[in-house]
Amino acid sequence: MTKKTVFAGFGGQGVLMMGYVYAVAAMRDGKEVTFLPSYGAEVRGGTANCTVVVSDEEIFSPVTSSPDYAIIMNKPSLARYEGMIKKGGIIILNSSLIKTDLIRKDLEVVKVPANDIAKELGSDRTINMIMLGAFVSKTKISTLDSIMNGLTEIVKGKKESVMKLNRKGLDIGAGYVIKGAK
Amino acid sequence: MTEKLLMRGSHVIGETAALSGCRFYAGYPITPQNELTEYMAGAMDKLDNGTFIQAESEIAAINMVIGASMAGARAMTSSSSPGISLKQEGISYLAAFELPAVIINTMRGGPGLGNIAPAQGDYFQATRGGGHGDYRTIVLAPASGQELAGLTRAAFDYADKYRIPVMLLGDGMMGQMMEPVELPDPLDLDTLPPRPWKLDGAKGRPSQFIRSLFLDTTVEEDHNWKLNRKHQNITRDISKAELFETKDAKMVIIAYGTAARIAKGAIKKVREMGLKVGLIRPITLWPFPSQELIEISRHLRDFLVFEMSTGQMVEDVRLALEGRGNIHFYGRPGGIISTPDEISKVIISLYHRQHLEED
Repeated sequence: MTKKTVFAGFGGQGVLMMGYVYAVAAMRDGKEVTFLPSYGAEVRGGTANCTVVVSDEEIFSPVTSSPDYAIIMNKPSLARYEGMIKKGGIIILNSSLIKTDLIRKDLEVVKVPANDIAKELGSDRTINMIMLGAFVSKTKISTLDSIMNGLTEIVKGKKESVMKLNRKGLDIGAGYVIKGAK
Repeated sequence: MTEKLLMRGSHVIGETAALSGCRFYAGYPITPQNELTEYMAGAMDKLDNGTFIQAESEIAAINMVIGASMAGARAMTSSSSPGISLKQEGISYLAAFELPAVIINTMRGGPGLGNIAPAQGDYFQATRGGGHGDYRTIVLAPASGQELAGLTRAAFDYADKYRIPVMLLGDGMMGQMMEPVELPDPLDLDTLPPRPWKLDGAKGRPSQFIRSLFLDTTVEEDHNWKLNRKHQNITRDISKAELFETKDAKMVIIAYGTAARIAKGAIKKVREMGLKVGLIRPITLWPFPSQELIEISRHLRDFLVFEMSTGQMVEDVRLALEGRGNIHFYGRPGGIISTPDEISKVIISLYHRQHLEED
């Protein structure tokens, strides 16, 4: 099994962090993994994206033109990636910022109002964990506990209150999918 | 061996260099390899006897490496394409002085200032010496995070063993990508062979010097032949390539570094369609693994060279095969990263044109 996922949004939304946490979680679960960030003459507020490949076998190409899954955080990213996702693929949309519907009818869509949920939680910085929670819950490609372990490993030494907030974000994101909210 | 870590390519090079006894780093910032310079600042600071210098220029940095190596340190510098051009005079001197040093080139689009995207346009410069004079540098081409660690360690060892500058030739993607890596054990500097040639003060021994000026032409000729014998030994000893799915192949792709990763993805796709295609991935670019190519040419005719340039390694393939086989080329220069889909289309079209689907 090899699954390629694109995470895309604008700088400051925690897009690269989201992919990084997922990649570390998958590695600790014994998977092969590649994390390829976009880089360049980029600025805060500009576009940010990364591709994470998770597999049971050696990963050949870290580059893909047809991801299985996409986590889309803003409208420009939807325009860029909608055409690339594999037929039957899953797309997790940040519906707080993306009000339009998909053009394609052959994708499974999960809409998560991540910015609104984050506001209620009291921290904008949890939007990436909310999206990641929804992603994991929908695709079953990892578990919330694995993601939490990945996050803990990466941000070693963060305050417990911050970690609790992130966990809450993950759970709410996951809950959104379980409830079948659209 | 330690536990697996998910590490950025640049950081793998930096950490492995420190674990491999690198005690001197000088560099000047340039994208897409600033993460390495930044990492070395921390890595050298953590050591009791490490030195990090952000030099005033690339030229200063390579000359500092010459000095550190002369004094006996395992020394390294890094840059990206335009900065590597600036270092070439110093690399020529390192070769003439027969000093070990490790140079990292994280290639980007060129010529000129180019751009900051991954490219492979510096192949000629790297494998032909790069600077003036009759010399070569060992050139290693990693294609994964784990190999970055292995080849960084090897670069320091080869540099010492042969007293030669060694270049690790990666690109922006190799530098930025994160993969799980097991780092090598730290090297005990006391286990390294002595460096009787180093200049560390003449107390208790006759004075000695290291130079590259030989006005007597016969002395310079002898020096050139001495370097040449060393190059021959290196060619005999360390040429290396990875062979992938070549056993039943009717056609092989030849690609290195990032291009090889993309080619492997394409091969996986076309194999699922029933095409018998393999890969030869040179790990040493100089010396070029010619023997491996000749071996494969005994049972197939068609070679497709894929590079992120307009075609440079393809010339070494022609030199290696000397007319054995049909050599085809596909390239994307300027910082374009092909996808496996794109390369699989090229493979399928070529497979048809060469009538490989028959028998």
